[in-house]
Amino acid sequence: MSQQAAAGVVIVGAGHAGGTAAALLRQYGYDGAITLIGDEPIAPYQRPPLSKAWLKGEADADSLSLKPLSFYAEAKIDLIMGNAATAIDLKARTVTLASGDAIAYAQLIIATGARARPLPLPGADLKGVLSLRSAADAEELKAALGPGKRLAVIGGGYIGLEAAASARALGADAVVLEREERILARVAKEPLCSFFADYHTARGVVFETKVDVAGFEGADGHVTGVKLADGRTIPCDIALVAVGLIRNDEIAKAAGLNTNNGIVVDENARASDPAVFAIGDVAHRPMPHYDGRMFWLESVANALEQARHAASVITGRPPPAHEVTWNWSDQYDLKLQIAGMPFDVDATLVRGDPAQAKFAVFHLKGDVIQAVEAVNAPAEFMAGRQLIGQKKRVSLEKLADPTVSMKEVAA
Amino acid sequence: MTKITYVEHNGTEHVIDVKNGLSVMEGAIKNNIPGIDADCGGACACATCHVYVDAAWKDKTGTPSAMEESMLDFAENVEPNSRLSCQIKVSDALEGLIVTMPESQH
Repeated sequence: MSQQAAAGVVIVGAGHAGGTAAALLRQYGYDGAITLIGDEPIAPYQRPPLSKAWLKGEADADSLSLKPLSFYAEAKIDLIMGNAATAIDLKARTVTLASGDAIAYAQLIIATGARARPLPLPGADLKGVLSLRSAADAEELKAALGPGKRLAVIGGGYIGLEAAASARALGADAVVLEREERILARVAKEPLCSFFADYHTARGVVFETKVDVAGFEGADGHVTGVKLADGRTIPCDIALVAVGLIRNDEIAKAAGLNTNNGIVVDENARASDPAVFAIGDVAHRPMPHYDGRMFWLESVANALEQARHAASVITGRPPPAHEVTWNWSDQYDLKLQIAGMPFDVDATLVRGDPAQAKFAVFHLKGDVIQAVEAVNAPAEFMAGRQLIGQKKRVSLEKLADPTVSMKEVAA
Repeated sequence: MTKITYVEHNGTEHVIDVKNGLSVMEGAIKNNIPGIDADCGGACACATCHVYVDAAWKDKTGTPSAMEESMLDFAENVEPNSRLSCQIKVSDALEGLIVTMPESQH
């Protein structure tokens, strides 16, 4: 078979976005060749549970996988694992792999995601200094946690907090080190930051805020502590670096696609070359619910929405309506659900009582909801998501009163 | 294994043997059955695995939690027999279960 005859859809990156795009193409009736290329040694799986249910031992490996391995053969999807794309030739429409093979495509979907941002500090290469992105990372972290073990988390964002909560559930000690004045500083506002800080503190997590990490101390090649710029050392058996991500857009950039800290795409996930799509964490995309401004979303909802758009365009289906972006976090018995983005916000409104661990923070532009963060408050999340999409003006008086149902607020 | 019939909104039926212990949602997802999206993977965070449970099975599938009820309250085209399929665990008691999908999960 010549390369040209085989040219169908090539998907580079076999994560949640890439794996879903492959399955949807078949679901939508695509009957050409599909090649799905991933650099990990396993079939596409869900990452969110790696810091949540899976880390706590509440979910098994089987439940992580998007589809059983047999699915790919049955659906005639050529799944190439443990191999990465190293170059794209837009003119020749080929992808070169680390193994040296070149694969021709009619359409290319880039779903290379992102990698954990490393801390280039002395001792960062010690054993036990981890990041949390892949199943392999999670295996290593889980194996190192247990009663009496000490986890130091660098970075008080959602992944760091989820890992700290899971560590506590496994009986390990957890210290969270944060550079800013408070945790979640870059992703949330008060009263959410204080609520999570208090909830974790009450369950034994220790926070050190406004600290700079200077490096890692070790013995026999294994980490024994995190050195702070103020001279102190936080002793630990394992250090988790959770300070954000770097988008894997290098091969796209080298190929000549438009990038801006991520691959620039249109609202149907199409990149600057019409035969190329970029989906998931690697994309820099317009936000149709917010005047089409460009942004970076790192969530399953984003990965799936863009996978649906790319697969729809390729198969000639009308793409689905754009969703209001959403995300969630599980910590202890808390379910945080987030909808929308707090763009152009001039006020926040708290509905419910943080002391009862059941409340929602609404981010407002006048009397229009731009975003909502709901803690154990699913009605506020669901109604908020609808209202954001409708750009509907709401009565702030009713919204602030938990005795008025969200049905009535949304009516 | 428990036999479950998934019926798409257009009437297409999929009869699947699902491993006990999985959720009704996982049975659909692992077999690439259209109509159940399950974006959050079963965390009861998104309400995109909405199904209608056949009347004969309503009691056997149990009662939804307060969390699930609140999510369903705001889903599209909700009926009295609506459930989130990620919250229904498959067991021998559900042998022959029939669930129908709504027109859209979004």
